[in-house]
Amino acid sequence: MSVIADIVIVVLLLLGAGFALIGSLGLVRLPSTMERLHGPTKATTLGLGALLVASVVYFRARFGVWTAHEALISLFLFITAPISANMIAKVHLHRLRTGAISEPDSIAGPPPRPGGDGEWATFEAPRRDTPASTANS
Amino acid sequence: MIDLALHLAAGAIALAVLLNLWRLLRGPALGDRIVALDTMVINAIALIVLIGMIGGNDTYFEAALLLAMVGFVSTIAYCKFILRGDIVE
Repeated sequence: MSVIADIVIVVLLLLGAGFALIGSLGLVRLPSTMERLHGPTKATTLGLGALLVASVVYFRARFGVWTAHEALISLFLFITAPISANMIAKVHLHRLRTGAISEPDSIAGPPPRPGGDGEWATFEAPRRDTPASTANS
Repeated sequence: MIDLALHLAAGAIALAVLLNLWRLLRGPALGDRIVALDTMVINAIALIVLIGMIGGNDTYFEAALLLAMVGFVSTIAYCKFILRGDIVE
């Protein structure tokens, strides 16, 4: 195993683990739910990406094989992380709107209204004739 | 050097899982708990990858890939259930 590959692996490992830890620390430390979404969805995904690149380099340097699973995992995660973050933010807006929880007590305040007559999509029905709420039907 | 870095990384990820667990148990809003679970799945994938590297065995990556898929689907299903009161309409 060459020294350069060694150094690359160590740096990527420490960087990835550090980012994952910072993301989870942000989940604990930040004051409101919308702000808490930032840490895990960005920092942790980036940290896992660095760990997976480290794993590709490690298996190439130590065993001389290229593994494609890491590329698949990171591709899948980079596609799905924004989608799940969007869904969680919609859940939070929905629960704020229905009054299940009170307004966020953050510096940033509640999220701004969308432009025009539009409304955040949490109450929108997926098709024209489905009811907008399933609460009392 | 790599061994030390691998074990340091595994320790950091384990600490991250503990922090997620704290937020999962504590989290005032339901959204917090969903975020904590989602992050926990991602950290579990990181731990599985690290264990695969420590053991020098690339069979673990299939488990990591499956966990990534199941974690995403479960997060979306949970969110969808809270938003619509139903998962498949």
